[in-house]
Amino acid sequence: MMTNKRDIQLIISRILRTGVFASVGIALAGGIIYLWRHGNEVVNYEVFKGAQGYQAPGYVFHNIVTIHGRAIIQAGILLLIATPVIRVIFSAVNFILEKDYLYTGITLLVLGIIIFSMLQGGSF
Amino acid sequence: MTVLVFTLILLCGSYIAGLLGSLTGLGGGFVIIPLLTLGLNVDIHYAVGASLIAAIATSSGSAAAYVKEGITNMRLGIFLEIATTIGAFAGAVLAVYIAAHYIAVLFGIILICSAVISLRKKRVRVNHKKSYLADKLKLNSSYPEGGKTIEYKITNVAGGFFMMMFAGVISGIIGIGSGALKVVVMDGFMRIPFKVSTTTSNFMIGVTAAASTVVYLQRGQIDPGICMPVVIGVVLGALSGSKILVKTTSSIWLKWVFAAIIFLLAIQMIYNGLTEQI
Repeated sequence: MMTNKRDIQLIISRILRTGVFASVGIALAGGIIYLWRHGNEVVNYEVFKGAQGYQAPGYVFHNIVTIHGRAIIQAGILLLIATPVIRVIFSAVNFILEKDYLYTGITLLVLGIIIFSMLQGGSF
Repeated sequence: MTVLVFTLILLCGSYIAGLLGSLTGLGGGFVIIPLLTLGLNVDIHYAVGASLIAAIATSSGSAAAYVKEGITNMRLGIFLEIATTIGAFAGAVLAVYIAAHYIAVLFGIILICSAVISLRKKRVRVNHKKSYLADKLKLNSSYPEGGKTIEYKITNVAGGFFMMMFAGVISGIIGIGSGALKVVVMDGFMRIPFKVSTTTSNFMIGVTAAASTVVYLQRGQIDPGICMPVVIGVVLGALSGSKILVKTTSSIWLKWVFAAIIFLLAIQMIYNGLTEQI
């Protein structure tokens, strides 16, 4: 299968746009639920508290089904962070199809750095 | 302050940040950190996280439009992303060892540099000098301008690559896209046409910010209660900005106003950092 440059541009454009709008939509839905339940509580962000349970991906996936506002917002945020990464994965696939092995390698290296950051970032 | 009031203020502030950022091309993330730390008394650790999320949202949104138009040099972007992601990861790791008030000072300094950079005149010229690395890496390309296709060549590939690593480190430490720094390296040093530099820089910001955001995420600096109004606000603001047709003259005027606001915010951030109020 050969894809031309124009197709790739359109697909990458669509991935980015869909990712942004989907994550904004999810964050908005979660935000409404969050405000509904916690809107009258007092905010306290003056002191950094470190990692909280409700921010962890594990918690997010467990609590979306039970309609926890913060978990739904965080799912939207995770999708937003994943959007450029999905774009990188797609670029790699594209370069493989184009048989451009130099750029397949370069793209996979970028992906590798992000995955390394994801796996090792917490240990510093 | 209740959660509802906090959310509404942040939503409006982020909308204005996204709108101004899109109209001037300076990016909306710059206003987010001062808004949170100076305006809403939020700890800078949360502010840096929210600002990175804003950078990913605005850059992905506008990159979508530029990539479609065929201006972005995607090979160049992906090649330089090696440098920016390594830098961003290093920056995010380094940030733990830097006291919060120094981060505020560094943020202020970079803010002033970026405002100055964005105000300088753009040179319109196309480079035709050959470079061995640019040929090998297939970086030379073309872009559409007024119905014509303009070919250009890239120089100083290795030097530009290392400078991009520095831009990545800055982005990772203070939580901005560092678009202005990326443009300076590409436009001033690698001799890439301005239009291609700005759009390719935009294309790279999302991936650069993602590399450091995954580190901040694990440290608990990405808080859903703060990020929700920020993301919704900047995306809607950037969207409105792209819909408004700006005449060149009023755009220059707007740029000066925004630069003045940024300058004042930067001074305030540096002052609060030095007096350890942040």
